Amino acid sequence: MSQTRGAVEFRNVAKSFGAFTAIPDLSLKIAPGELVTLLGPSGCGKTTTLRMLAGLESPSAGKILIGGREVTRLPADRRDVSMVFQSYALFPHMTVAQNVAYGLEAGGLKPAEARERAEAALSLVGLSGLGPRLPAELSGGQQQRVAVARALVLEPQVLLLDEPLSNLDARLRRRVRSEIRELQQRLGFTAVYVTHDQEEALAVSDRIVVMKEGRVAQMGSPRELYDAPASAFIADFIGEANVVEGRILAVENGTAEVELGGQRLPLPSRGLTPGRVRLSLRANAARLCAEGAGMAGTVASSAYLGDHVEYEIDGPLGRIFVVDDGGGTVLPPGAAVGLELRPRGLALIPEGAA
Amino acid sequence: MASTDNRRLDLVLAAAAGALLLLPWYRYRYGFFGFGWIGDLPGAERAWPGLAQALAGRWQIWPVLALLAAALILRLMRPAGAERGRALAAIGLAGLGWLAVEGLAIGLRGWNWELLAALFGEVPGQQAFGAGAVIAGLAFALLAAFGWAEKGVLKGDAFVLAAITLLVLLVAVFVFYPLAAMFAGAFQDFDGSFTAEGVRRNIADPKIWSLACLWGGSCGIAWRTFFLALSTAAGSTFLGLVFALVATRTGFRFKKSLRLLTVLPIITPPFVVGLALTMLLGRSGSLTQLIEAATGWELGRWLYGLTGIWIAQLLSFTPISFLVLIGVVEGISPSMEEASQTLRSDRWRTFRKVTLPLMAPGLANAFLIGFIESMADFGNPLVLGGSGGVLSTEIFFAVVGAQNDPARAAVLAAILLAFTLSAFLAQRLWLSGRNFATVTGKGDGGRAARLPRRVAWPISAIAAGWAGFTLLVYAMILFGGFVKVWGLDHSLTLEHYIRAFGISWQDGLRWTGVAWDSFWTTMQIALAAAPLTAAVGLLTAWLIVRQRFRFRGAFEFALMMSFAIPGTVIGISYVMAFNLPPLQMTGSALILIACFVFRNMPVGVRGGVAAMAQLDGSLDEASLTLGAGSGRTLRRVILPLMRPAILAALVYSFVRAITSISAVIFLVSAKYNMATAYIVGLVENGEYGIAIAYSSVLILVMISVIGGFQLLVGERRLRRRETPAAATLPLAKEATS
Repeated sequence: MSQTRGAVEFRNVAKSFGAFTAIPDLSLKIAPGELVTLLGPSGCGKTTTLRMLAGLESPSAGKILIGGREVTRLPADRRDVSMVFQSYALFPHMTVAQNVAYGLEAGGLKPAEARERAEAALSLVGLSGLGPRLPAELSGGQQQRVAVARALVLEPQVLLLDEPLSNLDARLRRRVRSEIRELQQRLGFTAVYVTHDQEEALAVSDRIVVMKEGRVAQMGSPRELYDAPASAFIADFIGEANVVEGRILAVENGTAEVELGGQRLPLPSRGLTPGRVRLSLRANAARLCAEGAGMAGTVASSAYLGDHVEYEIDGPLGRIFVVDDGGGTVLPPGAAVGLELRPRGLALIPEGAA
Repeated sequence: MASTDNRRLDLVLAAAAGALLLLPWYRYRYGFFGFGWIGDLPGAERAWPGLAQALAGRWQIWPVLALLAAALILRLMRPAGAERGRALAAIGLAGLGWLAVEGLAIGLRGWNWELLAALFGEVPGQQAFGAGAVIAGLAFALLAAFGWAEKGVLKGDAFVLAAITLLVLLVAVFVFYPLAAMFAGAFQDFDGSFTAEGVRRNIADPKIWSLACLWGGSCGIAWRTFFLALSTAAGSTFLGLVFALVATRTGFRFKKSLRLLTVLPIITPPFVVGLALTMLLGRSGSLTQLIEAATGWELGRWLYGLTGIWIAQLLSFTPISFLVLIGVVEGISPSMEEASQTLRSDRWRTFRKVTLPLMAPGLANAFLIGFIESMADFGNPLVLGGSGGVLSTEIFFAVVGAQNDPARAAVLAAILLAFTLSAFLAQRLWLSGRNFATVTGKGDGGRAARLPRRVAWPISAIAAGWAGFTLLVYAMILFGGFVKVWGLDHSLTLEHYIRAFGISWQDGLRWTGVAWDSFWTTMQIALAAAPLTAAVGLLTAWLIVRQRFRFRGAFEFALMMSFAIPGTVIGISYVMAFNLPPLQMTGSALILIACFVFRNMPVGVRGGVAAMAQLDGSLDEASLTLGAGSGRTLRRVILPLMRPAILAALVYSFVRAITSISAVIFLVSAKYNMATAYIVGLVENGEYGIAIAYSSVLILVMISVIGGFQLLVGERRLRRRETPAAATLPLAKEATS
């Protein structure tokens, strides 16, 4: 039991709302102590998945296991999970301390003991001393931390986070997300984290599950997803890639020689055979150079963003999106440029290979 | 989890066992709460519990015992789970079904239907259900609910399932069973045997359906009522719109006090307006005398009849329509009108082409509400109807008068119900989806356009005139109680108040006034009904808003529909349903309380729904994921946040219990007489002075209750600005949705 504590498994879970099928068939395993992100565009079923794990929705078919025990039909209050809500859902009529102690008291703890543990949890998230305040008297970032403390104080097997940062401003978001990650690493609990922000997912996760239309599109470490996207959708969704067409000339020892826009590049073959192929081309994979060198192109539009310049460039690969951090001058639309491709930032896409 | 499943089953089974072994199965005639049955217990059969009755040969109780035994065996032999759940649910439903069947089939003198007697031979009659049977029924309902919970229905939430099951049961017993009984009553003879004679005679009665007034004769009562309702709806909608526009779109100086108008219908017992009108415009009314003296005309009895009722209803219902329409007018986003003005339209064109069309659905809504209110109105027609009444009064006279024709009452009630329900359905089905509510939740800059001058002047004049008339009528009510004999002797006196509310000191405090009896009864019953109404209403609101269960739409619809059932129909149907076994309650305080709870519950539901809609649903979910069950969530999170809504529901149901007359007048008894029924009696005897004095006291009581409530809630708002729930009296919601 102890080594399965915190493990989560979805076995062929399906969920439909009336005639609409949100999730056709989902199977998923999460190891104890792992932080897994469910990532996807809105409507992809990630929140439904999380809510089924919390017991706030019941699956139409399949089984859900937490810590090796089946919980499919258990109501939310009898599952050993707790959740941080997007809106935080702090009870506005209770003080911060009462909010944090709420779950402990529901679990039958004596009020005095509950208060003590709540105070400890608050100091864990750096809010000691704020217990007597009302939630409305705290800043957004503090409220968020109260929500985390309130969920963590129950020492759940799994902590669920539903877009926990979406109500914070960009600067605060970065700090809070590293705090959450740090807490999770230190205490070692399993966490399931829902977000639609790929950068957030890359930053906090051990593993990312990208979902699309209720199915798992790809699952893997942030690095795997970024460097070896399984499909054009993933390539575009994780880190905004251009999807371009090239040709594999030959494959040798797992390395493919790829012809792309007139240049030849060695890339991991990913099991593909010679022929036409699609590639993901990251914005930093093409370097701007003087006209005449590399692949020829014309600037279609440019945007100056301080430390870098974004270009859309028309060329033999169609219109592609390129970032130039060269600090040089900003080229006007219509300017002719050369593009040099680097293998880093390029990946073959195995899906739909022709 | 298995232990919780078992614990609640143990409780239910223990309660059922207690009911079968200890409590009298049948209704104890001298009052269960008098506890006389304990002394009666060993000897008298009437006090025997269910088990003893069954052993003594009442075979209709055997299935109850068998089913409960089966449930007990399941509890002991089977583990909690889907399989046991299914069996328990089946047992629960079977038990409820059997109680209903045997209760309806076997009456006081044996079989209720000849057919059964022919099939099964004679059986001894039985009394109505008593405490034992009622608790057994509740236990069956809970068994079904807990069975479903074990099966995993609704994520296995036993609390929610139990709440839904009990509510459905209660609504079935107290709303639908009486209606069914009423329709059945239409087809019964005095001795209970089936006959369609009464229905046939009444349904084709020219007194009901004649359209002769179109060519100079007099119309049937159904059409008269219908035409009256149309006129009242049109008039009150027009006046309501006038007031709403004046209050929001003009520079009228007394806007704030206009809003006070909206409180009037809440605090005024329905017949009081009619009474005041008589004193003003009746044969010896003060205005009548003034005009007659000035002009020498003979005005006569013009007030008594549809015209008078119409004026009284306009006075009574214009504030309601005002309340609906002020929401509509304020709901129109000013940016729409500003957009129109920037598109080269002047104010008058904007008003015609944008403002009015946007209000159209709201106007239709107000019209339908006015229609339903007018149809259901009982108090004003009773006072002013003269010889030609309307449907609601005619129903009353069909049962209490010399006619004593229940079949006629049932037919008339069915016609009335058909009218109001069609209006309700029209409002629900046709108007929903046509609402141009333009409130978006985004902060809308812009200021509402002032009315064009050519509209502003006339409507301000109309509003001021009508408001003045309303004030005059209410002044009449206050003043009338201090005058010796209205119309004859206008010397001031306190005599009426003393006769009604006298107190003397002979051997301690003595309530010598004639009104005290009904006054205290009214207070007691209203106080008992208010918390029940609020609880049932808010629980229902919570279920409707927060829980997704099958048939939720139908459940909500049925509840709201009960709002369109006129009080008179409720009254007559309660009399017909609860006068005989299996549920006999007439003449008790219980029937009055039940009537108030289920008649006023929709108001609580609407208030609760509105308040709950403002509470973020993730609050409940957060509580659940923190390990608190549904019951605890409701208690610790939802209820504290809804305190203002709860208070509003309490106050409103209290006040409505005091002012209502239409249903009450059928249900009062010598022992439990209510203030309104008593006042109507005074009016019928011509004792206007005391009636008016009593009414003013009631109005004062209600003003202080409502004022106290407003102070309480207002104070709360100052202290905690973020209080999320709506704290207004729920009448607005009652009227608008």
